[in-house]
Amino acid sequence: MFIKRFAIVTLLVAVSVSLIACSGSKGNFVKLQGAGASFPAPLYLKWFKTYSSAHPNIQVDYQSVGSGSGVKSFMDKTVDFAASDAAMKPEDMAKVEGGVQLLPMTAGSIVLAYNLKDVPNLRLPREAYAGIFDGKVTKWSDPLIAKANPGVKLPDLPINVIVRADSSGTTFVFTKHLAAISPEFQKAIGVNNMPNWPVGTRSKGNEGVTASILTTPGSIGYIEYGYAHSQNLPTATLENKSGNYVAASTASAEAALASAQMPTDLVAWVSDPEGQDAYPIVTFTWMILYKKYDNKDKLDALKGLVTYGLTDGQKESESLGYVPLPPPVVAQVKAAADAL
Amino acid sequence: MSDSDRVKAKPPSEAETLLHRAEAEAEKDPFAGVDFAELELSLYRPRTLFSIILSWLVTGMTLLALIPLFAVLWMLIWRGGRKLGLALFTQLPPAPLEQGGGFGNAIVGTLIMVGIATLITVPLGVLTGVFLAQAGASKLAGAVRFSAKVLTGFPSILAGVFAYGAIVLATGGYSAIAGAVALSILMLPTIILTSESAIAMVPAKMKEASIGLGATGTQTVWMVLLPTAMPGILTGVMLAIARAAGETAPLLFTALFSNYWLASNGRIDLMQPTASLAVLIYNFSGMPFKNQVELAWAAALVLVALVLITNLIGQSFSRQQVNQ
Amino acid sequence: MTSVPGTTRLEDEAAWHVGQTWQPPSKAQRWIDVLFRRLCVGFAALTIVLIALLVFEIAVKAIPAFREHGLSFLYQATWDPNKGTYGILPEIWGTLYTSLLALFFGSAFGIAAAVFLSEGYLGEAVFKILKNFNLHFHPFWGKLPDRLEVLLKNLIELLAAVPSVVYGLWGLFVVIPLIRPGCNWLHAQFGWFPLFSTDLSGPGILPAVFVLSIMILPTITAISRDALISVPPKLRMAAYGLGATRWETILGVLLPTASRGIFGGVVLAFGRALGETMALAMLVGNANRLTVSLFSPANTLAALLANSFPEAGAKEIPVLMYAALVLLAITLVVNMFGALVLERAAAKSEAK
Repeated sequence: MFIKRFAIVTLLVAVSVSLIACSGSKGNFVKLQGAGASFPAPLYLKWFKTYSSAHPNIQVDYQSVGSGSGVKSFMDKTVDFAASDAAMKPEDMAKVEGGVQLLPMTAGSIVLAYNLKDVPNLRLPREAYAGIFDGKVTKWSDPLIAKANPGVKLPDLPINVIVRADSSGTTFVFTKHLAAISPEFQKAIGVNNMPNWPVGTRSKGNEGVTASILTTPGSIGYIEYGYAHSQNLPTATLENKSGNYVAASTASAEAALASAQMPTDLVAWVSDPEGQDAYPIVTFTWMILYKKYDNKDKLDALKGLVTYGLTDGQKESESLGYVPLPPPVVAQVKAAADAL
Repeated sequence: MSDSDRVKAKPPSEAETLLHRAEAEAEKDPFAGVDFAELELSLYRPRTLFSIILSWLVTGMTLLALIPLFAVLWMLIWRGGRKLGLALFTQLPPAPLEQGGGFGNAIVGTLIMVGIATLITVPLGVLTGVFLAQAGASKLAGAVRFSAKVLTGFPSILAGVFAYGAIVLATGGYSAIAGAVALSILMLPTIILTSESAIAMVPAKMKEASIGLGATGTQTVWMVLLPTAMPGILTGVMLAIARAAGETAPLLFTALFSNYWLASNGRIDLMQPTASLAVLIYNFSGMPFKNQVELAWAAALVLVALVLITNLIGQSFSRQQVNQ
Repeated sequence: MTSVPGTTRLEDEAAWHVGQTWQPPSKAQRWIDVLFRRLCVGFAALTIVLIALLVFEIAVKAIPAFREHGLSFLYQATWDPNKGTYGILPEIWGTLYTSLLALFFGSAFGIAAAVFLSEGYLGEAVFKILKNFNLHFHPFWGKLPDRLEVLLKNLIELLAAVPSVVYGLWGLFVVIPLIRPGCNWLHAQFGWFPLFSTDLSGPGILPAVFVLSIMILPTITAISRDALISVPPKLRMAAYGLGATRWETILGVLLPTASRGIFGGVVLAFGRALGETMALAMLVGNANRLTVSLFSPANTLAALLANSFPEAGAKEIPVLMYAALVLLAITLVVNMFGALVLERAAAKSEAK
C-alpha cells in the first residue's frame, strides 16, 4: 500500500541523489574551509574559485557569516582560516593555542551614498558628515553643507540617515574614522561594531542599506564602494585631513593606504589618512590563519592560496571595487606567510 | 389491427377515464398555484442577505490573500526568470563578475538536509502525536504538549546556535548533519501538534469499533487512526517541510555553504559544509553583482517549485478513500 | 463492505495478512503492541528531553548576563554594547505588538480562506458554469471543479514555501514603496491618532506586520481547513435540515465544532510569528524605541538576535541568550493565556 509506494520513492530519490552527487574528484584531495567578514567576500570568492580551477585537487570554500562569527569559528577550530575587517582582539588571539597569524590581503573604501535627485555632486566637509551621523546636522539645507556646495540648490528636506541594523566590520571602520575626526562623536557614540546611533533608520547588511538609499528620497548612508558602484549611486566627495575634497576611487584609496605604516604584527588602521589625494575612509581586511597546521597538505595549499592572492589576485581587486595593497605591504605579508 | 379497432370501439371505463384525466392534468404545470416564495433565496430576507454578504466577503478575502502570492511569484519570475534553464541544475555557483553558473549543489544540499530532517522528525513527531492523542490527560502528555507549544516560538537562529554547540563543536566541523538537526528542531513542534490534532479528530466510534473487534491498540493505530488522520498529518508535515526548506539562519551556523558538489573522492560526504538554496539566496541576493542577484531570484523560484512538487507527491500518497 | 469500519478494501486485505482482527490478538501481536506503546512513550519523553536540553543550554549561557543585569534587563530601553547597558523593553513590546497584529490579520484572512476552501465555493461556481454548457458530466471537464479546488488549496500552501529571505526582499522592494504614499497621507491627515503618529520613512511596523501575516496565513488556512473538513457531515446536514442558511451553519455549528483544531493552527501561527527572524530583521527597522505608531520602525527580539549574533563577541553572547530566554518565556505566557481563554469559552458553551 502506501508504505510500499513511500519506500519506492525514497529509494529512487536516494539513488538519484547519489548519482548526481557522485561527481567528485580524486587524488591528494585537500579541502579548505574559511568563514568571516562579508566585506571582502566577493573578492575572496573570486580568488578561491580561480585557484580551485587551477588546482583541481584543492577545494577552497568561504562563507560570509560576519567577522565576529568567523573569528569565533576560528577560535573553536571548526574552520581552517577566517577573515575579519576588525582584525582580532589580543585577548582572543591569546586564547588560540599555537598562535595566530593575521595577514592583510586587500583593502577597500567606505563611501557615503545619497539620494537627492537634483544634486549630482555633493561635497561634504568633515563637521558636516560627522554631524549628520551624530544627529547634529538634520537638514540638507544646513549651512555647514551649503557652505561647501556653492551654487547648488539643496532642498529643505530632513536628512534621512540610513545606518546598519546588524553588527558589522564596516560599521567598526566607519565609526573608527568618525571618532578620529570628531572628538564629540568619540564621546557620544564611540567606536563599535553596532553603536547606539542616535538617528537613522536601520537596515540589514550593505545590501539593505543600499536598497533603503535607493528607495528613500533625501537619504544618506555608508556602504562599501562596490555596492555604490554597481547600483550607480551618487557618492559624496569628502573632505580629507589636508582639506581637499576627494572622491572615492582606486587611486585615492591607494594614496590613503600609502601613508599606512605596517607594523610587524601586520595590524594597521588608517583612520584618518594623510596625503593630499587620500580618500578619508579606507581599511585593510585580514585573513586569519593558525601559526601551526597539523596537516602539511593544508598548510601548503593555504600558502599557495595566500601567494596567489598577493600576486595575481591583486589584479582582480579593482574590477570588484577593492584596492590593491601597496607593494611594501605585499612584501611584508608574503614574508609572514612563508614563515608559517 | 382488428383488435385495436375493437378496443377503440369500446367506450372507456371509469378507471380509464380517470387515468386519462390524470395524465392530462400531469401534462399541465403540476405545481401551478403553489406559492414558491419560501423555497427561493430571496434577498429581502435578512438571514439570506446575511449569508450572501458573508459569502462574498469570504470570497473577497480569499482573493486578497492570494494576491501577495501572485505578487511574490511575479517578482521572482520577472527578476530571475531569465536564468531558468538546465544549467541551474548542473552547474556550480559562479564567482563574482563571472557570468552563467547555476546552483545544482544547492538543490542537492537542500534536498538532502530537508530529507534527513524529515526522516528524523516524522517518526518522532507522529508517534509523539499518537501518544498525546491516546494519553491525552496524563501528566507526561501535558508536559509534552506544553514543551511543544513553547518550542513553536523558538527563533530559527537559536536552533542553529544550539546545533552548533551540540554537533559542530562535537564533530569538529560544519556538516550537513548539523544542518539537518537544526532544521528538525524547527520542524518538530509543527508535526507533533498537527499529528495530535489530526488523530484526535478521528471519530471515537471508529476507534471503539476497532477495539470492539479485538484489535490491539497498535493495530488500531496503524490500521484505523493513522490512515484516517493521514491527510491532516500530511498537512502538518508539508507545512514543516515548506518552512524548513526556506530557513536560512539555522543553516548559517551549522551547514555553512559550499561552492562544490557534496561528493568528494567519489562518495557522498555528509560531514562537510553543504550548500543549500536558502543560504544561496541569502548570500547572492546581498551581492552587488547582477548575475548573482538574478541567480538568487531563480533559486527562490526553484525552491518554491520543489516544495510544490513535494506537496503534490505527498498528496498522492494520501489518496485514501475513507468510509465513514 | 469492509470488516473493520474506517478502513479501505486494501486495508481489509492487509488485515487478513497482518493480523486477523476478529480473533483475539496472538502473542506476537501483543508483543508488538507493548513494544509500540513503549516506543511512543519513549519518543514523547525524548521530545521533552530535547526541549529541556535546548532551554538548559540557553539558560546556562545566559547566567553571566543574568547575574550582571538582573531584572533591569527587562525594563530598560537602551541597547548600547559600547557602554554595556542592555535593555530589551522596546524589543519585548515590538515582538508582542507585531505578532499580535499579524496574528489578528493572518487569522481573519486565514480562517476566511479556510472557510472558502472547505465550503467549496470555487467548485460550486465552476460546476454552475459547466452546467450552462452541459459539460458537468463530461469525462474531462467534469473533473474540473475538484481539480480547481485542489489547485487553490495548493496555491495557498505555496505561500508557506517562499523563503523568509525572499519575503524580506519583497517587502523592501515592493511593499514599502507601495504603501509609503498612502501611509504618509494618513499621517498628514490623522497625525493626532496614535497609530498614525509618525511618517513612514522606510522599514517599520506596518510593512513587517503585513509580510508577517502573509507568512502565517498558510499555516492557519491549512490547519483550519482540515479541522472544518473533518466535522462530521451529519452535523452540517442536520443544520441545513433544520432550515439554517449556509452561514448560520458555518457560524453556529461548523466553526464551534472545529474550534479546537482552528485554535491549534492559531497557536502554531503565533509561534511562527514570534520566532520569525529573517524577514523581520529586514523589515521592522531595528530601532530601539517604544511606539504604538504603525509607521515607525521598531524592533523585535528575534530580529535583534539575528542582527547581533553574527558579530557578537564573547561578552555579548550571554546577553543575547538572556534575550532568547525572554522570548521563550513570552511564547509560554501567551500560549498559557490563550489556553485559559479557550477553556473559559468552552466551559461557557458547554454550560449552554
